[in-house]
Amino acid sequence: MTHRSTRLLSVGSLARVEGEGAMHVQVRDGEVESVRLSIYEPPRFFEALLRGRRYDEPVDITARICGICPVAYQMTACQAIEDACGVTVDGQLAALRRLLYCGEWIESHSLHIYLLHAPDFLGLPDALALARTDRELVERGLRLKQAGNQIMEVLGGRAVHPVNVRLGGFHRLPDRSELDRLAALLRTARRDAEETVAWTAELDYPDLHVQHALLALRPPDSYPLDSGTPTLHSGYPSAVAPLTAFLVAEFERHVVEAQAPHSTALQATVDGRHYLTGPLARWRIAAELLPAELRQMAALAGVGGTCDNPFRSIAVRAIEVLWAVREAQRLLEEYESPPRPAVPVPPRAGIGHAATEAPRGLLYHRYELGSDGTIVSADIVPPTSQNQAAIEADLRDFVQQRLHLEDTELTRQCEQAIRNYDPCISCATHFLDLTVEGR
Amino acid sequence: MSASRPRLAVWKFSSCDGCQLTLLDCEEDLLPLADQVEIAYFLEASRDTGPGPYDLSLVEGSIATRTDIERIREIRAQSRVLVTIGACATAGGVQALRNARDFDKLRSVVYARPEYIDALATSTPIAQHVPVDFELRGCPVDKRQLLEVVTAFLAGRKPDVPDHSVCFECKRRGVTCVTVAHGTPCLGPVTQAGCGALCPAFGRGCFGCFGPKADPNTRALLPLLRADGVADEDVARLYRTFNAEAPAFAEAAEEAGR
Repeated sequence: MTHRSTRLLSVGSLARVEGEGAMHVQVRDGEVESVRLSIYEPPRFFEALLRGRRYDEPVDITARICGICPVAYQMTACQAIEDACGVTVDGQLAALRRLLYCGEWIESHSLHIYLLHAPDFLGLPDALALARTDRELVERGLRLKQAGNQIMEVLGGRAVHPVNVRLGGFHRLPDRSELDRLAALLRTARRDAEETVAWTAELDYPDLHVQHALLALRPPDSYPLDSGTPTLHSGYPSAVAPLTAFLVAEFERHVVEAQAPHSTALQATVDGRHYLTGPLARWRIAAELLPAELRQMAALAGVGGTCDNPFRSIAVRAIEVLWAVREAQRLLEEYESPPRPAVPVPPRAGIGHAATEAPRGLLYHRYELGSDGTIVSADIVPPTSQNQAAIEADLRDFVQQRLHLEDTELTRQCEQAIRNYDPCISCATHFLDLTVEGR
Repeated sequence: MSASRPRLAVWKFSSCDGCQLTLLDCEEDLLPLADQVEIAYFLEASRDTGPGPYDLSLVEGSIATRTDIERIREIRAQSRVLVTIGACATAGGVQALRNARDFDKLRSVVYARPEYIDALATSTPIAQHVPVDFELRGCPVDKRQLLEVVTAFLAGRKPDVPDHSVCFECKRRGVTCVTVAHGTPCLGPVTQAGCGALCPAFGRGCFGCFGPKADPNTRALLPLLRADGVADEDVARLYRTFNAEAPAFAEAAEEAGR
């Protein structure tokens, strides 16, 4: 090390994230000078392309924003457009939509836990290397992921870009034998999910504590998934009344998206502050709504009531998978076939809003419709653009505390830190090339 | 592990990641496949990346920036066989809907400072820039077809991927024709098979996500769509979604819109 030095840590193409992005960290004289997540994946202009399309098309078109969480887009688009048309889909049709969404949570989280994030904790390049040291572990992850995919295939027709979702409900209702097959798969999935939670207790977690404002949906009586009131946690541990809430229809009064020059993703702030959405936010804001048994299992896995270490998000995801499996089982047990696969959604002029919890965090859609159902304007706020500023802030603290490490190791740990947030660059460009810079 | 396993690379251009994900979705076949090939480059799955040449490159996504053009040429030069996977790579994808629009206006709808954005005015298929050995269709690609293509090229044979229409799959699967039975508008007669007649099996008309079949008779389909109550501008819109830039669909949209 020289006396006056600038270090440059850099990852040109981040691995094991969804989409394309880079990281650049510049350190001068022992101080982190800048941290940039650049999202260089080209933008795809969805909001502009939706203008002039028909109101029944966003359910299929917005799914194409993300191959990892298409159902999140489909559910949010349906609810927002139904809101504009003054229609509420409830009862067993809403239950089937929720079951489909559980499938996506199980699939997406299992992919992230086992194939993208786990290798970091074990010092391995990928899940295939992990399979050579612990094949059973990877097979468990793949089996769990497959259970999620099976739910999506039965209800949606396929796991990537399901075809069976429409405004008002579905094109076709599942038959009992298909649902019985899912129920059988979910019994194994529940055991696999419980073992996954227990396994996360054995991992070594780097020390990092963050204080961000947190944003998640909070329903009155359940852990957040497909509904709830946008609820903001101030992030200050000693705050007397840390939670404030606002209406979904007021989302854009609180959340403002701005463009960062180094990124094709838009970056969001809530009430002027950067913030975090996703598993840690959901956990802080809504863990008390989980069954006591799940909270006890989480405590045993080292996840307390105020989990503020982003590395522990893998354990929160594991708990969320278990919750989603149990929720799917409940929905299947209580299912009674509704009278028709969809309720009518006639078009009318108006504006509709909706927010749901994609696996990576809160997803918001707004549509303005003409009287014949033509889309006048559309606005989509995906989770990763909301998280980007918080990720950069966390990386800055993380690097500052680890400047004694040599570049290769520090860069590797930075990549792991980025993967804590399960960034979805494909969504955000509607993200990362890691560069730690030292001139 | 032998050192002579064929080397597989997976590349991403402008896309949603869904076609690559389909490879990871081959759950029970994934570990056995990984035993047979060396995964030399697959960023979504591994931080270990090896230099070319590669025996088989799978390319997802469309060409949407100037840098993309350089990158696809380098990948072609390093690849013995190059296969494009999905509607973005083979037809420009849903983002090619911008090709027919005023790009500056479009950019300003999403970005306050569009000048920071490195994006071409058009989204184009890979084959418009480099020679492609095989194009696998679908938005997303079908898992079984993807495995067939990978296995076939690794074995040095031609993949068994039919270019006939979705109608064949409906007949084979015993799905009642949604147009004949219910008057549901369906692009099945002009769309390439591969999905397993998914939409008709769910009581929905095909929306053409696998792109045009070989020699599609879109002209004969037009009166049928009209008879099912589809307005001409809606026929044009139907063709202009996930494979809007596939020539046969672009022409059919043009003709309906006339």
